[in-house]
Amino acid sequence: MEKILFLAHTDSNGQLPKVALETLNAALQIKQGLAGSTLTIGLVGENVQAAADQIASCGMEKALGVSGADFGMSRYATDVKAAAALGTASGATIIIAPATSRFSRALPGAAFRLKATIDTHVSGIQFTEGVLQIQRWYYRQRMMATLTRVARPWIIAIDSGVFPPWQGTKGSAKVEAVSVAVADQEKRTKMTGIEAPSADAQTIRPEAQILLVAGAGWTKKQTDGQIHAKEAEKHILDFLKLAKASLGSSKSLVDQGSEGEAVLTCMSHLNQVGQTGSTPRHPKGLSTCCHGEEPHVVGWRFINERRAINTDASCGWAQGKADVLYVADAFAVMSKVNELLAKG
Amino acid sequence: MTTAYNIIVCGSLVPDPLQTLEPIQGPTGPALKNEMMLPSVLDPWAGHSLFEAANLAKQHPGSKVTLLSIGPKAKLQQLMMIIAQKVPFELVCLDGSASGFMDSREVAAALAGAIEKIPGLDKTKLLVFGGCSSASRDSGTTMQMIAEQLGITDVFLAVDELKFQADGSFRLLERVEGGQYQVSTCTGAPVVIGWATGNLPEPPNNPQVGMANMRTIMPSLQKAQPAGLKTDAIKFASVQLPGQQRQTRIVKDTPIDEIAKEIVTWIKG
Repeated sequence: MEKILFLAHTDSNGQLPKVALETLNAALQIKQGLAGSTLTIGLVGENVQAAADQIASCGMEKALGVSGADFGMSRYATDVKAAAALGTASGATIIIAPATSRFSRALPGAAFRLKATIDTHVSGIQFTEGVLQIQRWYYRQRMMATLTRVARPWIIAIDSGVFPPWQGTKGSAKVEAVSVAVADQEKRTKMTGIEAPSADAQTIRPEAQILLVAGAGWTKKQTDGQIHAKEAEKHILDFLKLAKASLGSSKSLVDQGSEGEAVLTCMSHLNQVGQTGSTPRHPKGLSTCCHGEEPHVVGWRFINERRAINTDASCGWAQGKADVLYVADAFAVMSKVNELLAKG
Repeated sequence: MTTAYNIIVCGSLVPDPLQTLEPIQGPTGPALKNEMMLPSVLDPWAGHSLFEAANLAKQHPGSKVTLLSIGPKAKLQQLMMIIAQKVPFELVCLDGSASGFMDSREVAAALAGAIEKIPGLDKTKLLVFGGCSSASRDSGTTMQMIAEQLGITDVFLAVDELKFQADGSFRLLERVEGGQYQVSTCTGAPVVIGWATGNLPEPPNNPQVGMANMRTIMPSLQKAQPAGLKTDAIKFASVQLPGQQRQTRIVKDTPIDEIAKEIVTWIKG
């Protein structure tokens, strides 16, 4: 019998982010898979009541909360203290939490304080002979392990997009306050804001149905012997707008800025996917002007349907990894695609 | 007057990303086939943190950069041949596995223990850098556990920018969801920072830097102590390569209009 703690923090609106609702589903599956287990909810935020009410009907035994102005902001010192306090107060043996940026920073510290073990980027759970096993990738999405741990407490941070979000009716939850004192020393860091690109310049859209991956070929000399970086950028941005797509990039393309080569101004290292970038989850992915193999392929490990446009029919980036490879000039194809999308 | 910082960069080797990796079952758990033979590179995000550290040290005279690595001695020596010419640093190393299958808690304890043993370390001027996660374990947990063991309560993860302000405080940009940055200020050292890519290019090789570095690298390698990592924390049921191989349909010698139409239909479908 396990004591499961679903641990989450509120977003800027005082609600639970989507990834937290997905993780709640995981926690409920674990509860169901481990007979006799109990589920406690632990919430962190400036005010956690609305979030607790949001999931009041999920089947929790108890709700605990650490709240107050000190816990409204994402800050390691206070987040780690809150998470550790909730872990202790719940007596949890398994702690399931969403892998948000805020918790990805804080949970390892909480694991240390709770003398717990921790696994992050968990992308699946299963039960074998009554034992909980998790799945996570190693070597940057190049091999997948199924593993378990004997030691408790065990913290499991679930990646976004793995489970469907929990859906249930709102209710009225009784939240038991867990008191956490914050010393001045723990307020040395202050979150002063979020730097977000303007809506028009926003190219990373985690909820998008399609990911456009742009490779370095966009800034290479074309058949006329010239570089057409501005034209490339227009094709890419038009596509993002018309298809409501998210933008990913190869490392070689985003590195070009620091190497003094032609750059696409819409790109930054934040767009980078692959071995040293992100591994986003989208239903569809369209790769353009990308070449390369291993480091690159991990960038679309979690893209379901994949198509690629490039001029090399034997490209290792596409062969065996994409469903369809269009051997064609991406400038011409994307121009036409945009024209058709604009027509509706 | 600028502050001189002790900048410790935690980073080790990972297989060259261009290599094909294959998991095998070793005597103590999963491992990589021909692991000792695989060409290695400095873990990419740790590499970025090393370049950021060197840049900061240049701006703050008197600062010292120490690279702290756990890895098999022979492999670390090969790695040093590659990176020693990049930026000035001193090496502290522990002899042990650099495998991604090790538990981060064990690795963090060994690294923090090594930091505490660095002679004359002033913790009030300590900046502990590393990658936001490794390209091997990819857990993003080691730096925070080092912070806990060292008693440092200001930790930042996936940082792309660290700016020193006139009053001695720091301003940091951390990557958060949706391609945005969280902006934070911190009153100053000590801090632990897990870097993302940062903003600096890889420095060109400088043979003079390499020669100066090698004076401390070779003795450090020779006296590297065993890291004492245990391998029993995780019970692996399996480690497998992704099995899915797609049957790629090649479309060539096809009019652009036709290709575009097919793509649009697929997008809308």
